[in-house]
Amino acid sequence: MSVPASPGKVYPDVWRRPPFIANPLWRWAIYGGAVLYLVLAVHSVEVNWVRVVEGLERAGRLLSGFLTPNFVTRWHDIALGMQESLTMTVTATVVGILISVPIGIGAARNLAPSPVYLTCRGIIAVSRALHEVIVAILFVAMVGFGPLAGFLTLSFATIGFLAKLLAEDIEDIDASQAEAVRATGASWLQLINYGVQPQVMPRLIGLSLYRLDINFRESAVVGIVGAGGIGATLNTALDRYEYDSAAAILILIIVIVMLCEYGSGLIRRRIQ
Amino acid sequence: MLQIRGLIKRYRTGDAALSGVDLDVPSGEVIGLIGPSGAGKSTLIRCINRLVEPSAGRILVHGEDVTALGRRDLRRMRRRMGMIFQEYALVERLTVMENVLSGRLGYVPFWRSFFRRFPPQDVRNAFAILDRVGLMDHVDKRADALSGGQRQRVGIARALQQNPDLLLVDEPTASLDPKTSRQIMRLICEICAERKLAAVVNIHDVSLAQMFLKRIVGLRAGVIVYDGPADGLTPEVLTRIYGEEDWTRTTRREEEGDDEPDMSTRTPLVAVS
Repeated sequence: MSVPASPGKVYPDVWRRPPFIANPLWRWAIYGGAVLYLVLAVHSVEVNWVRVVEGLERAGRLLSGFLTPNFVTRWHDIALGMQESLTMTVTATVVGILISVPIGIGAARNLAPSPVYLTCRGIIAVSRALHEVIVAILFVAMVGFGPLAGFLTLSFATIGFLAKLLAEDIEDIDASQAEAVRATGASWLQLINYGVQPQVMPRLIGLSLYRLDINFRESAVVGIVGAGGIGATLNTALDRYEYDSAAAILILIIVIVMLCEYGSGLIRRRIQ
Repeated sequence: MLQIRGLIKRYRTGDAALSGVDLDVPSGEVIGLIGPSGAGKSTLIRCINRLVEPSAGRILVHGEDVTALGRRDLRRMRRRMGMIFQEYALVERLTVMENVLSGRLGYVPFWRSFFRRFPPQDVRNAFAILDRVGLMDHVDKRADALSGGQRQRVGIARALQQNPDLLLVDEPTASLDPKTSRQIMRLICEICAERKLAAVVNIHDVSLAQMFLKRIVGLRAGVIVYDGPADGLTPEVLTRIYGEEDWTRTTRREEEGDDEPDMSTRTPLVAVS
């Protein structure tokens, strides 16, 4: 197959992709600025080599502790911490889901009137603005040390996460299905139940399971600032230089997170 | 039974979709609404059940003004108007039965629909309709497991389950192959004849419209430019509706002879075309 070309016309034999930033001046300024910043930033890091060497020694002790994890000596504390963490995780996830579903529906622009939408988006924004550790510190100050603070923290964090993603999923539904349900004379609740819920349910379940493992991991973190659970146990073990017990705790956390991951994967595959 | 007076719809963007539409559909009459894309066909149909809010004008169904209804009365009015959609608009993750039963949502309280405990006569009726449209074997399948023609039959069953007086049909065949399109159009026309339903069928396939519908309304740029018998769609009229084009080959009547075995075993055709 030969393409007919107009005779006598000369076509260029070089073609380059148009640059992302069209103006060459801007292009060089931006790229050059980025490189300059990188060089300066690397130079601004001060490394105290004496401390690095000392740290290496401690790291060696920590690692050797990990090679000999000790589940036995502190087993009672570890079991108690784990139990607390798991309780905290499950209750916080369940409560978080129950609260985030109505907030998520309220934060979906295609379902909620403007004032409701703004209120729910506001709640989500507050919940997402604060990191779990900060929220945990606040709750520990409010209700004291222990798993209650952890439970409140994780519930609060779950709302921001789940309600936001649920709202976005609701905004992405196939509008024609919902329109058809509306056309039958369905009420608002029936519209949610028939037109929206079937479309977002698989993702809601998937996100909830995902949040369950996030909450378990976070339960270890918030424990360090005093909100109970395995994090508190881990912190104590590290404070006492019991690296072998700390290793045992970390191994248990890894195993449980992997089990959650595997379990939620199984469930998600079934509900597609 | 349906009277539209001076219907105007202007979208917030400023586009006038309908500029003063007057239309009468008597009981039991099926009309075809044709016109180019963007002429306002879908908007007109959606104004009738107020999925789209009209900007001005009146829509009377059995003498009652739809545009003046409050929320509760609008729901009561909507359940008397069955709607059939272009892309079927079935709730894909629900079963065929749930989709059909959703036609009763305007009639039952929330708890019944939530627990899928519909009154026995609704369930019996749903089975009867599914049998009529030939889907008895697919009751428990999920809607997304069906073919296009089957899905549109579920859409028809859902509309009928409302026990409507009026069918609003929005491009029922736009996503179907030519043969299935004819079967679906035939089914819709048969059912309207059986149940003495009035219907507004929004359709862009002119020859299909001529084949099945007696009265055609042509819409162009939000204004009705033709209202008359299907035979009257001369090339001049089509030019008025769609603009300049060679129409001589479009309006040719096509031979019918495409009955699928499973269709011919059921009720004989009611002559509608």
